[in-house]
Amino acid sequence: MTTGLLIVQILNGLQLGILLFLVAAGLTLVFGVMDFINLAHGVQYMLGAYLAVTFVTLTGSFVLGLVLALAAALVIGLALEFLVFRHLYERDHLDQVLATFGLILLLNQGVKMVWGAAPLSVPVPAFLAGNVALLDGILYPTYRFALIGAGLAVGALLWFVVEKTRTGMLLRAGASNAPMVSALGVDINKLFMVVFAFGTMLAAFAGAMAAPILSVEPGMGDNILILAFVVIVVGGIGSIRGAFVGALIVGLVDTLGRSFMNDLLRLFMSAPSARAAGAALSSMLIYLVMAIVLFVRPEGLLPAKGRA
Amino acid sequence: MSPASPAATTPAPAPARRRPVVAIVLFALLALLPVAVSLGLPAHWLTLVTRAMIFAIAALSLDLILGVGGLVSFGHAAFVGIGAYATGIMITEGRSEALLILPVVLVMCALFGAVTGAVSLRTRGVTFIMITLAFGQMVYFLAQALSAYGGDDGLTLYEHSTILGFDPFKNRIGFFYVVLGVLLACYALIGIIVASRFGRVLRAARENATRVAVTGFQVGRIRLVAYVISGMIAGLSGFLLANHTEFVSPAYMSWPRSGELIFMVVLGGVGSLHGAIIGALAFLFAEDVLSGWTEHWKVIFGPMIVLFVLFTRGGLVGLMRKLGAGRHD
Repeated sequence: MTTGLLIVQILNGLQLGILLFLVAAGLTLVFGVMDFINLAHGVQYMLGAYLAVTFVTLTGSFVLGLVLALAAALVIGLALEFLVFRHLYERDHLDQVLATFGLILLLNQGVKMVWGAAPLSVPVPAFLAGNVALLDGILYPTYRFALIGAGLAVGALLWFVVEKTRTGMLLRAGASNAPMVSALGVDINKLFMVVFAFGTMLAAFAGAMAAPILSVEPGMGDNILILAFVVIVVGGIGSIRGAFVGALIVGLVDTLGRSFMNDLLRLFMSAPSARAAGAALSSMLIYLVMAIVLFVRPEGLLPAKGRA
Repeated sequence: MSPASPAATTPAPAPARRRPVVAIVLFALLALLPVAVSLGLPAHWLTLVTRAMIFAIAALSLDLILGVGGLVSFGHAAFVGIGAYATGIMITEGRSEALLILPVVLVMCALFGAVTGAVSLRTRGVTFIMITLAFGQMVYFLAQALSAYGGDDGLTLYEHSTILGFDPFKNRIGFFYVVLGVLLACYALIGIIVASRFGRVLRAARENATRVAVTGFQVGRIRLVAYVISGMIAGLSGFLLANHTEFVSPAYMSWPRSGELIFMVVLGGVGSLHGAIIGALAFLFAEDVLSGWTEHWKVIFGPMIVLFVLFTRGGLVGLMRKLGAGRHD
């Protein structure tokens, strides 16, 4: 285990954490404010990636493609809100889980029909194509730095909106006590739509940013959805700060576990059994972390004020 | 999210005297299916209904915690998978005797249920949904990492499990009746549990856990026991599934499978035991018919789920009851 490798893996972990944060932030906002459990949030991430593939190829420009992809994802998200989600706000969680599960089946298969089952890729934009030298001889792709930076910028923007603006104030109030906010004369349905649109954009942005470094394929949203759930549960439901901390923990634990678990286990056991146990253990690691966190703090690390 | 929030979709329990009639008709129809097949019904139905009954066992077990207990477990397929993998691994290792396999299946499911239940039952509502989901994924990834037993590709079984050296799974009709027998036994067992004092407390805790706790019952312990029993019965269906498909794979416990189990329960009617069986049958028939039309059947099935959730309450059993009530009026 060299220092250089460790640094690279920590950066990879950060980058996964940032992606997870973008997905988890929308999920936790929608849940915190509307008490709505949206399993289809993962497919919105997937749609972001597919739309990015399409528009980047179509326009030949990464930035323009990204903007168009976000706009298209927003339109699709609002259509789903209008057709399905708004009829579910008053229902119990079981109905929400099922209906959004149905949407996952539809959209995963729909994506397969439109774009085919084979994985697609987006080229890394030319202006971010190179590498950055970290220490002597250790290179790290510029695009991944850009991704971390963009994610942090969006995170900061999110923090600003939620903490410093009037809309954010309503969001926080809604997360604590939606009926009260409604009673104070705020159009709660409009607020829900804003939150929902916002969450959709964040998920789609994560998907579009991930498109050049991951393979874009049907079902890619499912795994990230589960990871985002783990993030929210670890961080505390409804809390943006919790989502941020949870996402970094999950991203780092997962990445570092996968890269160093073998070496760690080899200190105690033979190489073949270390490899077998390492593979199993590293993919389960974040769930173990989650179980431990919940055992100690059932409400998560940084629960939203007023919920817990 | 309030701890006392009742499951709003739960229909009123069926009037006691109607329930046995529906169940008796259901089981009689199932028992007569092989006869119907010998009289010219497509032979394909025998395999399909066997498979549907196996899923019905899993759906029944889920209904014990979801319908009766009001706890939406989103990781129930993990128990099915654990049962299937324990069976598959033991058969691969040359231990195909069911009297050896079944205790292992039941103990493993009980252990997994006890450990994950102890953690997840500390939470309520949506956190419970997410945690059971995450635990399910944990087992899914564990199975993927089992490279000695097929890893991602799954494990093909070259023989069935035997009971005292005899293979009841050899011919399809024998298999059908074994599954039917297990289904009936599980239906009866869960029916007895639900009707017992234990079951009544479990149901009461769904409506108002605080009030039940104040009465002196240990709600947490009762829920955990129900969770473990439910997991063990689901493990049993995994045992049958492994023998039926002669193959086990991580896909058995992927989270969409858990979602499908929930849908079977809801489709039939939450909290109604024969509803869970009807839901599983209807689900697998729909899957069979739609996938016969197009490989993209999920594009049709997904919106069907959405529409079903949006426009029906109380599932198929509720629908039947409404039609029945309409007749009497």
